[in-house]
Amino acid sequence: MTDAIVVEGVRKRYGDKAALNGLDLAVRSGTVHGLLGPNGAGKTTAVRVLTTLLRPDEGRAEVAGYDVVREAGRVRRRIGLLGQHAALDEELGGRQNLEMFGRLYHLGARHARVRADELLERFGLADTGRKAVKQYSGGMRRRLDLAASLITEPEVLFLDEPTTGLDPRGRAEVWGAVRSLVGGGTTVLLTTQYLEEADQLADHISVVDRGRVIADGTADELKTKTGGDRIDVVLRDGGQLGAAVALLPFDKDDISVDADRRLLSAPVTDRMAALAGAVRALEEAGIEAEDIALRRPTLDEVFLHLTGGDPTGSTGDDHRDHAVKEAV
Amino acid sequence: MSTTYEESRVATYETSHDGGWAYVLTDCWTMTRRELAHWARQPVQMVVGLVFPVMLLVMFGYLVGGGRGVEGDYIDFLVPGMLALTMAFGLEATMIAVTQDLNKGVIDRFRSMPMTNGAVLVGRSAADMLQSAVGLAVLIGVAYALGWRAHGTFGSFLGAVGLLLLFRFAMLWIGIQLAMVAGKPELVQAVQILVWPVGFLSNAFAVPKSMPDWLGTVVEWNPMSHTATAVRDLLGSPGGEPGHVWAAIIWPLALLTVFFPLAVRRFGALSK
Repeated sequence: MTDAIVVEGVRKRYGDKAALNGLDLAVRSGTVHGLLGPNGAGKTTAVRVLTTLLRPDEGRAEVAGYDVVREAGRVRRRIGLLGQHAALDEELGGRQNLEMFGRLYHLGARHARVRADELLERFGLADTGRKAVKQYSGGMRRRLDLAASLITEPEVLFLDEPTTGLDPRGRAEVWGAVRSLVGGGTTVLLTTQYLEEADQLADHISVVDRGRVIADGTADELKTKTGGDRIDVVLRDGGQLGAAVALLPFDKDDISVDADRRLLSAPVTDRMAALAGAVRALEEAGIEAEDIALRRPTLDEVFLHLTGGDPTGSTGDDHRDHAVKEAV
Repeated sequence: MSTTYEESRVATYETSHDGGWAYVLTDCWTMTRRELAHWARQPVQMVVGLVFPVMLLVMFGYLVGGGRGVEGDYIDFLVPGMLALTMAFGLEATMIAVTQDLNKGVIDRFRSMPMTNGAVLVGRSAADMLQSAVGLAVLIGVAYALGWRAHGTFGSFLGAVGLLLLFRFAMLWIGIQLAMVAGKPELVQAVQILVWPVGFLSNAFAVPKSMPDWLGTVVEWNPMSHTATAVRDLLGSPGGEPGHVWAAIIWPLALLTVFFPLAVRRFGALSK
């Protein structure tokens, strides 16, 4: 199988800050690849380089077999971009926007009109009439933006944090649209801060921090690397935390204790066995649990595990307050 | 509809590799249509843009009244000056429009598309030139109603309009370049204020000979003064002097030679 995106040693500096610091990436054709990382990790810079909006300082990048610097025109004919901010003409209506973009892709006036109608229909925007995009809701705007990036059914589609700022319904809509695209053979590069989103959509995930890839693999591989899922046990009586650590069927070194919240947390590999084991052990010892829950690791935990430090930009103990969110 | 997208896509991929000049023209037309669509949606803005020079004409013609050192009817002297001043103020309109556009997300989509790089700028200039032509027509119409008359042949009238639009075209590309240099709307406001002294330090309202020597010299050097004088000459208005037509052609062309390539290059460069 060929690679639709190849990135080798790409660097991009802004002043004395390296946004990309030797980024390497290979994305196989027809797959969804997730770039997972916190704010400021360089995800958007990477997308801007790959969509020919930004010239890299060093290194080489190819999209659909063409160099993004030397063959920018050829790359542009083969890609679609859904950026973090709506790339639409806010003064114009939905149909006017799609028709304009269709003409700029040189579909011709008639085909541009036909294609605009098709896409409006497909994304549930057919009844928006002449309403200006600035009067659209966030979800509608996102859908129109996605429609605009699909006008030519691009070989490679870039989605830069496509669901940031959307409500759960809008998020589900975007996810559904992305899945149906991949069925049609499009290669997708998706950036996200949400482990859940990468998990749901991506065949392969690259974790990015400080402008480079620090881990790579399928969602399952990454989870295994980072200790996989976790079990959280909240006790009724904080005084029994020590006893509980001693008898729970987990590796003692991996259990973290938060005395204030009467919380024990441990990585697990077999979710059901861990849950059953914990319930049984506590019951037998007569220790009362207020809550026992299995959960995905947060992006914070993935980062702590992979880097042995804090995610980009955060310091000390406040990393829980950092803008890294876990998707619901 | 009888055409499906699949047909259109095949047709596209067969031809889109080498569109050549046909695509350049199509892209420029598409971007001009975009600006026209904006007008259709913002008719009030458009009308305000047309009314403003008319207000200035009435204000200076009747409220302020009388220019220093002007021989003959002041309105006859003022109208060609106001026509030139309106063209100079077009610089502001262009700057604001370009800055607003560049700060919009849609520019990212344009730049990630296989369209002609400069088409956005061409659309801007086509729309601005059209607006300026309409503006001239309105202003001339109002001036006519106020009793102003153009003397001379129809040919010299067209020549005067041509000189005004040429001057506007030079202002347009200066505006585009300044907008890209300033970048942010806040900075544009600062640059915008500078248009006023340049506009008023001209012979639009008064004769340079009536001014202190140093000021008169500055005013005579102002490219806008050459355009105003040449237009007065061609329209047979007071204050016209022969020999300025060449200056009114050469100055805008010289400005264009500098600013047109600067603007195109700056726009074409990948963002920092």
